[in-house]
Amino acid sequence: MQSQEQVKLLEILSSVADPEIPVLSIDEMGILRGVAIEHGRVKVTITPTYSGCPAIDQIAQDVSTVLADNGYPESEVLLVLSPAWTTDWMSDESKQKLRDYGIAPPCRTTDLSQSSEEQRLLFTAPCPQCRSLNTQIISQFGSTACKALWKCNQCKEPFDYFKPI
Amino acid sequence: MNNDLYTYTLRQADNAMILCQRLCQWAAKAPELEEDIALTNIGLDMIGQARSLYQYAAELSDKDISEDDLAFMRDERQWRNLLLVEQPSGNFADTIARQYFYDVWHLAFLQELVNCNDEMLAAIATKSVKEAQYHVRHSSNWVKRLGDGTELSHERMQEAVNEMWQFTPEMFESDEVDQRLLAKGHAADLSKVKVIWDTAVTALLEEATLIKPDEAFLMSGGRQGIHTQHLGYILAEMQILPRSMPGCKW
Repeated sequence: MQSQEQVKLLEILSSVADPEIPVLSIDEMGILRGVAIEHGRVKVTITPTYSGCPAIDQIAQDVSTVLADNGYPESEVLLVLSPAWTTDWMSDESKQKLRDYGIAPPCRTTDLSQSSEEQRLLFTAPCPQCRSLNTQIISQFGSTACKALWKCNQCKEPFDYFKPI
Repeated sequence: MNNDLYTYTLRQADNAMILCQRLCQWAAKAPELEEDIALTNIGLDMIGQARSLYQYAAELSDKDISEDDLAFMRDERQWRNLLLVEQPSGNFADTIARQYFYDVWHLAFLQELVNCNDEMLAAIATKSVKEAQYHVRHSSNWVKRLGDGTELSHERMQEAVNEMWQFTPEMFESDEVDQRLLAKGHAADLSKVKVIWDTAVTALLEEATLIKPDEAFLMSGGRQGIHTQHLGYILAEMQILPRSMPGCKW
């Protein structure tokens, strides 16, 4: 159950984005895990995407700043590891935003969990530019911890694929 | 304080920290750009895992210490990492052999640890296991590609496997710390990890047309602080800044 104030706080926090994926808010990314008010202090809980995500300190700082700018000078940002972040927390709408931004969104991890290594190799990420399935992986590691590097054989453009974890 | 849990956490943190340092030595000089990015990304995952573990170890310690003190203010004999992770990166095949043997072990170890009773270790393991799956896939692919590649790549990969092999039995050594924690359900069962590792490594080496070395001479001691000559140099490079300017921030 969300109180009116929580709704307001979530609205304020919707302007905070992961600096490496500016098109999604931390709520849409699943990084924002909770907002509470305890003894007049705002307590925001966030979780990192990857263990070594360099953006997490920036995000924590942005949360404090945006809250201070909106009349909540006293806030606390709590970092939790459990439950571990998963790309499955992204909604279909968020995935569409990623695609529009030029990043191929992750498939569901549940679709992968039963598949063998051979099936994994057959998987192709659809090109976010031309939607072609005639694509191939270049490297499992890309421009940031959360992305893999792919290329499209149809439109010849390289693209980032958000890795399902 | 719980000495066993502290030591157990520190050992894991030190593995991640030292291997990360080794991988990052490839920055800007890996054989290809994609590999440069891959190795440093894997290093980034490891430094993240190391930080979580050092923070927990600092919390468990009865001294007033921080994660940075643990990473930057301890000398060689106080480090608890496996000898494998401190071995020089050598040529690219050496790096891949070291990484592959570690990754398979690490993934199986974490898969055991996600079910342990210690809430924090289980949480860190649950997060790390997702990352380790990508690491093992990456290093496995390279072992296959180099082993079953050209004559030269095959030769280099076989030499690297032979060289790193002597450091693998240490990963499965179980001392009194492991045993006491295992009895309480706080630790990974290394005998189970060994079975998984043996099966996976035997199958992959065969697929990569590589010969699995015979039982190795046991190189061991890292977890007790007895290291090969390489660790001191790594620490010197890694610790120089915080040691020459204690408390420095930017």
